[in-house]
Amino acid sequence: MKPAPFAYVRPQGLQHALEALAADPGAKVLAGGQSLVPLLSMRLAAPSTLVDINGLPDLDQVRVDDAGVHVAALARHADVLASPDVRRVQPLVTLALSHVAHATIRNRGTTVGSIVHADAAAEMPMVLALLGGSVTVTSTSGPRTIHASELYAGPLESTVRHDEIAVGASFPGLGAGEGVGFEEVARRHGDYALAGVGAVVRVDGDAVTAARVGFLSLSDVPVVVDVTDALGGVVSPSSTAAAGELALGHLDPAEDLHATAAYRRQLVRVLTARVLGAAFEDAVSRVRGAA
Amino acid sequence: MNEELFDVRLRVNGVAHTLRVPARRLLSDALRHDLALTGTHVGCEHGVCGACTVLVDGRPMRSCLMFAVSAVDAEITTVEGLTNSDGSLGPVQQAFAECHGLQCGFCTPGFLTTITAGLRDTPTPTEGEAREMVAGNLCRCTGYTNIVRSVLRASEIAGEQAVVSTGSTDGSGSTDGSGSTDGSGSTGSEAP
Repeated sequence: MKPAPFAYVRPQGLQHALEALAADPGAKVLAGGQSLVPLLSMRLAAPSTLVDINGLPDLDQVRVDDAGVHVAALARHADVLASPDVRRVQPLVTLALSHVAHATIRNRGTTVGSIVHADAAAEMPMVLALLGGSVTVTSTSGPRTIHASELYAGPLESTVRHDEIAVGASFPGLGAGEGVGFEEVARRHGDYALAGVGAVVRVDGDAVTAARVGFLSLSDVPVVVDVTDALGGVVSPSSTAAAGELALGHLDPAEDLHATAAYRRQLVRVLTARVLGAAFEDAVSRVRGAA
Repeated sequence: MNEELFDVRLRVNGVAHTLRVPARRLLSDALRHDLALTGTHVGCEHGVCGACTVLVDGRPMRSCLMFAVSAVDAEITTVEGLTNSDGSLGPVQQAFAECHGLQCGFCTPGFLTTITAGLRDTPTPTEGEAREMVAGNLCRCTGYTNIVRSVLRASEIAGEQAVVSTGSTDGSGSTDGSGSTDGSGSTGSEAP
């Protein structure tokens, strides 16, 4: 279990990194490496060059502003998770991050890296999709922004081009009247989830005016379903059941070693109801707290 | 293929080393093969088991998921660096010995490094926090009960040592666990 040989570059500046990446179509970016290194060790991936961006300056910031939470490429999951500003501006990011692997992995793994690794079983790609966030990528021909809805092309496949580096991700902040929920079921704490569900619910008084639900591990890509109409303005056992059935129509749960497809469908029903309830409670309590 | 070699400066347990390795040399292998620091164990070699955990700038990380070339400029602490400066066992090591926190010992180096860092963040963990602290490390012998006990005992020992090293005997300091000297007794009753 040793990686195949590769050429290695550790640039000290972004321009140098972009040139190194552009020079070799088989090159790959190394940030935290918590997903990439196992793939290399098992020889499921064998890039000809690794461009190690860990030496790049000023790429580790986590900041918040009126638009939301902005995470730069080298910010580790642990740093984002520990930020009180992130928790205040977009609590769903914090909530979901606590489910990302174990603390030791979070100390090295990067949030942006996880997003562009585009694993549909991972938490942060789904959270970016659910919140309608975006990723900023840059290449020798300049930067561009990819909206989450355009980011995921297939299993472990994003629309980031091989010569581009994802330099940051932005998550919109929590809007007025909004609340969030997140839950997943895994065989063991810290493992990849069999199914995971997140929700953002907006209320006006006790009435639900908008509700979106995001799903991980239930399709080839993260899936977001708008369940506003299915809820019909309320969060109740029957309305959340209707939301779950609506969502199932958009999902393609697979059978594998860990769970049957039928069990995953059942998790969709149960978790959708739970997170919608939790997000509704969260929204109501935030509105009361602000009043 | 003629593989390119890199001169890598690594600081391990306070000592600077220069080694010449290919880029694909895992940090775990660099520690064991190149520096002969075989205390770091390699179990699954893909980040699941936690046996290879070392401290990188004080934070626990999987040494099997890092390349040695990527660890330049970092301060690395392996299990060999956890002993006290006089060569006696560090608090976590002492606690594992007292509480039978190990059987075959293969996973132990990863637990010791992880808990050492964990107690820095959470000096007096509850039993639940102790379990959470070691949740990313696998042990196939102990059933974890004595490991959790060891975490709590290590917290007591570290507290005692801190009191001794600051020479504070006037009783004005904290009272966390420093009065308990029974060692073998039940732990885990400590309030958060």
